[in-house]
Amino acid sequence: MDLLNALVALANFVIIPALSYGSQLALGALGVTLIYGILRFSNFAHGDTMAFGTMMTILVTWKLQDMGVSLGPLPTALLALPLGIAGTALLLIGTDSAVYRFYRRQKAAPVILVIVSMGVMFVMNGIVRFIIGVDDQVFADGARFVVSARGFREMTGLSEGLVLRTSTVITVATAIVTVAALFWFLNRTRTGKSMRAFSDNEDLALLSGIDPERVVRVTWILVAALATIAGVLYGLDKSFKPFTYFQLLLPIFASAIVGGLGSPVGAIAGGFVIAFSEVTVTYAFKKVLGYALPDGLEPSGLVQLLSTDYKFAVSFAILIIVLLFKPTGLFRGKSV
Amino acid sequence: MSVPVKNTLLFLVVFGLIAATGVTSSWNVALGIVNMGLISAIMALGVNMQWGYAGLFNVGVMGFVALGGLGSVIVAMPPVGEAWAAGGLRVLLGLALGVASIAAAVLAWTRMAPGRARAAALIAILVVGFIIFRRVFDGGVAEVEAINPASTGYLGGLGLPVLFSWPVGGLLAAGAAWFVGKTALGLRSDYLAIATLGIAEIIIAVLKNEDWLSRGVKNVIGIPRPVPYEIDLQNSPAFVDRMTAWGFDPVTASSITVKLAYSGLFLAVLLALLWLAQAALASPWGRMMRAIRDNEVAAEAMGKDVTRRHLQVFILGSAICGIAGAMMTTLDGQLTPGTYQPLRFTFLIWVMVIVGGSGNNFGAILGGFLIWYLWVQAEPFGQILVGAITSGMPEGSWLKAHLLDSAAHMRLLTMGVILLLVLRFSPRGLIPER
Repeated sequence: MDLLNALVALANFVIIPALSYGSQLALGALGVTLIYGILRFSNFAHGDTMAFGTMMTILVTWKLQDMGVSLGPLPTALLALPLGIAGTALLLIGTDSAVYRFYRRQKAAPVILVIVSMGVMFVMNGIVRFIIGVDDQVFADGARFVVSARGFREMTGLSEGLVLRTSTVITVATAIVTVAALFWFLNRTRTGKSMRAFSDNEDLALLSGIDPERVVRVTWILVAALATIAGVLYGLDKSFKPFTYFQLLLPIFASAIVGGLGSPVGAIAGGFVIAFSEVTVTYAFKKVLGYALPDGLEPSGLVQLLSTDYKFAVSFAILIIVLLFKPTGLFRGKSV
Repeated sequence: MSVPVKNTLLFLVVFGLIAATGVTSSWNVALGIVNMGLISAIMALGVNMQWGYAGLFNVGVMGFVALGGLGSVIVAMPPVGEAWAAGGLRVLLGLALGVASIAAAVLAWTRMAPGRARAAALIAILVVGFIIFRRVFDGGVAEVEAINPASTGYLGGLGLPVLFSWPVGGLLAAGAAWFVGKTALGLRSDYLAIATLGIAEIIIAVLKNEDWLSRGVKNVIGIPRPVPYEIDLQNSPAFVDRMTAWGFDPVTASSITVKLAYSGLFLAVLLALLWLAQAALASPWGRMMRAIRDNEVAAEAMGKDVTRRHLQVFILGSAICGIAGAMMTTLDGQLTPGTYQPLRFTFLIWVMVIVGGSGNNFGAILGGFLIWYLWVQAEPFGQILVGAITSGMPEGSWLKAHLLDSAAHMRLLTMGVILLLVLRFSPRGLIPER
């Protein structure tokens, strides 16, 4: 029995990966939830928006790498991020005035907007594939580890290593900064307050002189920033492949619904609920239990509840449980 | 121009386009488009029932289509005797235990009084059930998959004629639709969309990973056919004599005959389903459905059980997608779970329904043929277009090579633009609902 090593193994294989995946999902779900709160539809193009933002950032990163610019131990992509966000914001505002605005003026049913977003998804998916192709792109550079497995073992004398990758630290730090900035913006600035007012009661907001088009524009810019940051962090952590980003749609929506569609706090909580369940359920606990249980009781099998291929099943199962027992989500989002 | 004349003209234009392919490239290609067009039309019919009749947004078409494909494996492939002897019953017993523990959990939830005792019982039943299920099931799976993994390694099917698999595929899809509909219907319309998106991904994951069921990514090949094989026709003297007498090359004629036989079967299914769908739409049931779609609150006030009717039409539409999926797997003669892509099997069907005209069965069928034709042809057209654009660029330039490589991705862009344009400028589609 060796609880310390068990804890280190648990942190290394479950807690740290789930923390960084959860931050990425939370940022993605915040984008979905903002669109839902202000524009009142589920945006199916969100995964592809993330892919587009990441692609823009990768292109700028490549350019910077060519010019020999780097951030030392940090990935160059962080430097390229603002330009990536700007490009995505332009695309989203352009899409809004070319596509969504027409239906907003018509006061079309939300489900029509969902179908329209499906068309937008097709187009964005096509653009991304057209420009960068369908293959994996690795664009992370700089130092790989903050703490390496060997360094940790030498430092502590434990037999189990703890790896802390640079991308993990950057993911969590960036997510905290982004979320703090977003909440400051929504709660403290005039524009943010007008956005919340618009989300709560559209008619009342219009009566008090809030310009709806401005609110919508600011929303798209925020969504562009959130989607690009989420996409770039995911790409730094794993790798960039357009189809994977499309598939992220399910866990992201699950996070937003678990937390309550339209509720920003809920989106963050939902992201971590989904990420922790996914990693816990698909991790083989053989090693952790081998350390934690007394000698002679070690498990013989992998003690893995579900194979990693079924990670979507986890988001789906949680989604179903929430729909069955608490359709408004944990933080009581907008109507059912 | 009256409505029927216009609609007939539209159909003639689409078939003219396909026939033009027959003349310019080959009739084999054209018949291939017709066959997949027929299957696409059936899928579009199913989605049109859900969206056009009832306003339900199903983005899990791919999953139901894949379940239909699984149906044809289960029905038509010969059973693998050794695998059944090794662990077949154990696998089935494991599954039965899994279902039983879920049933027990549901029973506990509904029968026991709310409180801590109920929650504890529920968790205990699920945990114990899961452990027993994995104990029994995993061993059986390992035994089955160990039997000759290179060629079988799965349980096989029932060895029945493949035509039976079409209704079975429909039933499988209906079962999955019941499960999704039961949880997600009656809530916000977006929730159904997300739940169906999820179930589709899970069905594909199951098909890819449960080797004992469908051989996973090793694919099931050689599913028996309902029509003769080309090679048998070519070896039959009577067929060769007749085709030579008519002035055809026997090899080409054999593959065209096989394709025509498929077209006949598919057309029969399409016509039967179309007749049923039209009859349903014209019946009091169809009027009720449209009433519910147009104003749920009013329909509910008139005593209609909206959620139940939605569940009904959702299951029916998904079953039709399942039938089409089984037909497609029969046509391919193989089940390849790796090829199911949501953009191809879910969103393309939606483009067909929207472009053809939601709420109108003929519109869905027209959309099925037209969009399938464009989907097949977008690639060569894209190549020609990009070739023309890049012809002026210097040889070996980076941009030229990149553009030529990317021309294949023009399809998605084209489909997205078509969908957006139709939604904007002609939201009721080519053949609007009357």
